[in-house]
Amino acid sequence: MADIDAGTLLFAAIFTNNILLTNFLGLCPFLSISREVRSSLGLGVAVVFVMTCTAVINYLVYYYVLVPLHLDHFRYIVFIIIIASFVQLVEISVERFFPALYFVLGIFLPLITVNCAILGASLFLIIREYTLIQSIAYGAGSGIGWMLAIIAVGSIREKLQKTARLPKGLEGPAITLFITGIMALAFMAFSGMIQIQ
Amino acid sequence: MLQLILSLIAISGIGALLALFLEIADSYIADYGESHILINNEKDLVVEGGSPLLSSLMENEIFIPSACGGKGTCSLCKLRVLAGGGPVLPTETPYLSKEELENDVRLSCQVKVRNDLKIEIPEELFKIKEFRVSIEKVIDLTDDIKSIQLKILTNEEGISFKPGQYVQLKVPKYEMTRESEYRAYSVASSSEASRDLELLITKVADGAVSTYVHDYMKEGEELTINGPYGEFYLQESDKDILLIATGSGLAPLLSILHQIEREKIGRKTTLFFGARTVKDLLYYDEVKDFETRLPDFTFMPTLSRPTEEDRWQGEKGRVTNLIEKYIPENAPLEVYICGSIVMVESCEDLLKKKGISEENIFYDKFE
Repeated sequence: MADIDAGTLLFAAIFTNNILLTNFLGLCPFLSISREVRSSLGLGVAVVFVMTCTAVINYLVYYYVLVPLHLDHFRYIVFIIIIASFVQLVEISVERFFPALYFVLGIFLPLITVNCAILGASLFLIIREYTLIQSIAYGAGSGIGWMLAIIAVGSIREKLQKTARLPKGLEGPAITLFITGIMALAFMAFSGMIQIQ
Repeated sequence: MLQLILSLIAISGIGALLALFLEIADSYIADYGESHILINNEKDLVVEGGSPLLSSLMENEIFIPSACGGKGTCSLCKLRVLAGGGPVLPTETPYLSKEELENDVRLSCQVKVRNDLKIEIPEELFKIKEFRVSIEKVIDLTDDIKSIQLKILTNEEGISFKPGQYVQLKVPKYEMTRESEYRAYSVASSSEASRDLELLITKVADGAVSTYVHDYMKEGEELTINGPYGEFYLQESDKDILLIATGSGLAPLLSILHQIEREKIGRKTTLFFGARTVKDLLYYDEVKDFETRLPDFTFMPTLSRPTEEDRWQGEKGRVTNLIEKYIPENAPLEVYICGSIVMVESCEDLLKKKGISEENIFYDKFE
């Protein structure tokens, strides 16, 4: 069990070990939905919600159902269906309460199901043997970190669209990968501050 | 063995729990309950929430023009939604001008009824009614255009429409569709015979309604239509009339020709009709016959790809060539164009270049 308090872990998951910028998980929705801040924020909040809830539930199901029954080798399939159910819940809620966002996110909303950052977070907390409290902190922190990263890139891209005259070949995903790379470099400066595993 | 059963039970148990959880969430969140729609500040409609405004209105026998079947592509179903419509969706913005956005105009097929709404519907739309019809006769006019003749069953006096207007034909769900679908078709028959309508239907690849009409529909079958719709009809003036059509775009113009004959309108009338080959010249003899029946009518068909066997002596090329060749600059004309979007737009551009002003050009574009 990692000896680290929940507050520090939350901070670490957001900044020093940002799941997107240090582990490069969850890149495909990150590249496609980061065109503007508003939709980035929407998707980010959805990811925070799904990641936090599934981290807790996956933790409980893993330690209180799968391990006692010696079924821990089923963790992938169980984790995935739990994540899928939560995404389904998010989808009906967004369609009901945020219709405009629902159309902007389009297919990427259901695709949170296979956002590898979410399964990644659930698997890390098993591998790193976090406690329940640590898992909540880690799940929420990873989600918030992912959201911050996509909002940062979203706002940079929104600015770029208005001001920069990009060469044709650099438009869209190309420049986004550049920005992400430079941001990841910046985040590397945090590494080593806190060891979380 | 025990382990196997255990794992089956555990995994299905988790699945079942999640299903239960989602089912409960769905019945709470996706239940929109009843909503009130206040129309023109006088009529109050109570509908089940959750469906698009267009179909909610249609269920209550208020018919809003729509040609695409609620897919958000024809932009005909615009209405003013004064309150409760929520933010304008990205699926609507391409079809709404700045002025329309400021005036709360929305595409009623895209606005979902989620809460109480306040909307405005132009009075004339209340005249639109639904009719049960029986398919009396189906005739192949060309390889891909059928004429269907309908008889209105529901009421004696039939439908009252202006020649040039269209109706929506609704076909039941069949193996190609998931629900009953409707599309707009102009009435080709004379407005005098108001219980007997004729529609011309071009087969569209994968088109839900046209495929049904061409491959599934049988004579004697009963279907539903609603209408009339549209602003495409003969205006009152004494300008010369130029009619332009391709394919089944001839339909509304046929109805207009009947009107000119019946009302003895003496205005000089010309019809440019474009087709590919002689085989595609639908109703050639019938239209030609109008030349003898109308006081001043010229029929000018043009073929874009006449074959050797056609031995075609008439005009060649597209309808735009005819405009190029026969329409003088600033001609005192009123032009009625009906056919594919591309054809209508290129004719309109050309006519404008010839100095014919926008207010004298009327058109009906087909998807």
